[in-house]
Amino acid sequence: MPKKKLATIWLGGCSGCHMSLLDIDERILDVVKLADIVKSPVVDGKELPDVDIALVEGSITSDEHHREILHIRKKAKTLIAFGDCAVMTNVTGMRNYFNLEEVVNTSYLNAVSNDGQGEMPSHPCLLKLNDKVVPLQEVVKVDFVIPGCPPDADTIFYVLFEFLNDRLPDLSKAKKLKYG
Amino acid sequence: MNKITVIINEKKFEVDPHKTILEVCRENEVEILTMCHLKGIVDIGACRLCLVEIEGMNKLIPACTTKVAANMVIRTDTEKLKKYQRITTELFYAERNHVCAVCVSNGKCELQNLGYKVGVDNIRYPHLFPQCEVDTSHPWYVMDHNRCIMCTRCVRVCNEVEGAHNWDVMNRGHQVRIISDFNTPWGESTTCTSCGKCLHACPTGAIWPKAIVQGQLEKNPVMITELIERRKMKL
Repeated sequence: MPKKKLATIWLGGCSGCHMSLLDIDERILDVVKLADIVKSPVVDGKELPDVDIALVEGSITSDEHHREILHIRKKAKTLIAFGDCAVMTNVTGMRNYFNLEEVVNTSYLNAVSNDGQGEMPSHPCLLKLNDKVVPLQEVVKVDFVIPGCPPDADTIFYVLFEFLNDRLPDLSKAKKLKYG
Repeated sequence: MNKITVIINEKKFEVDPHKTILEVCRENEVEILTMCHLKGIVDIGACRLCLVEIEGMNKLIPACTTKVAANMVIRTDTEKLKKYQRITTELFYAERNHVCAVCVSNGKCELQNLGYKVGVDNIRYPHLFPQCEVDTSHPWYVMDHNRCIMCTRCVRVCNEVEGAHNWDVMNRGHQVRIISDFNTPWGESTTCTSCGKCLHACPTGAIWPKAIVQGQLEKNPVMITELIERRKMKL
């Protein structure tokens, strides 16, 4: 069986899911026997090549994430929403209950820890926040989801290992469903 | 008392009349999912999870508010019912802001367990993201409307068991809310006795004591059922 290509991508999330991915510990050796990790926050690849599996952490919170997820969808055969934020917005979506301006002002201008000297970041390179945070599935077709905040390392390994062996995992049957 | 025969999932059972389909199923270990049912208080058929199919009826019937009848043919395990159970569960999640990761009930929540049971891994409906109030005015307890699924177990327990009727319901549709007294802050309530029964009746993290942090809330709804049973005892 030819080696597969695996990418893990970090959008609007806290990287906790990637931390949990690292928690698969030595089982990463079983993964790299079957796949090359070609792009990930923990490896050095810059461009996203065509990949068999893309694990995408985090929700779509800005114009940049929106562009990225469309690109990932084109490049990935199997797109997996990785973690509660990617699946159902979770903590990143908590700003959806409020007006965006109010949220940004609270964080950057009026936060008590700013001691009255807060400044609004305005560099043109910065991404532009969308009004509402949405899960991946509202923008692109998602092939599989791993809920959990973060998903357990066992669950992540189970899903990866099944896909790498050309089987379709079933979280419900494997009793690995978890939110929060 | 004369027994009657009902057929549940192609098995025959001899049961007492005047019982609900839910009671009969629970007694005979036929699994039925519920959220708004709490043994001992009046059933209202609000959550629609206990829907069953009855031969000869063209709509689904809630098991908790329907009495058994002689020769009733009941099905609780069809694909159609499973489909509706999943839809109902997903709509609970989509309607309010259920962020399990920051919830006091995380890991011990009836809504989470329900999701696992019916196999919800993602929500196929757009989340409403309503702006909900968190009422922290009570000295000991918090009412977080973000996590409420409108089972109204708190309303019924407060009314029927404690006899205080602090809680009630206002509005309709997705704007429906639990209210304290006449929609005033809970802390200002003149009827609440601070007994805490609503807290134990609540299946999610909507009502919780202030001394609790994320994932640490242990609820004991069985306590309410036991209390009701003991009050019936003749000394």
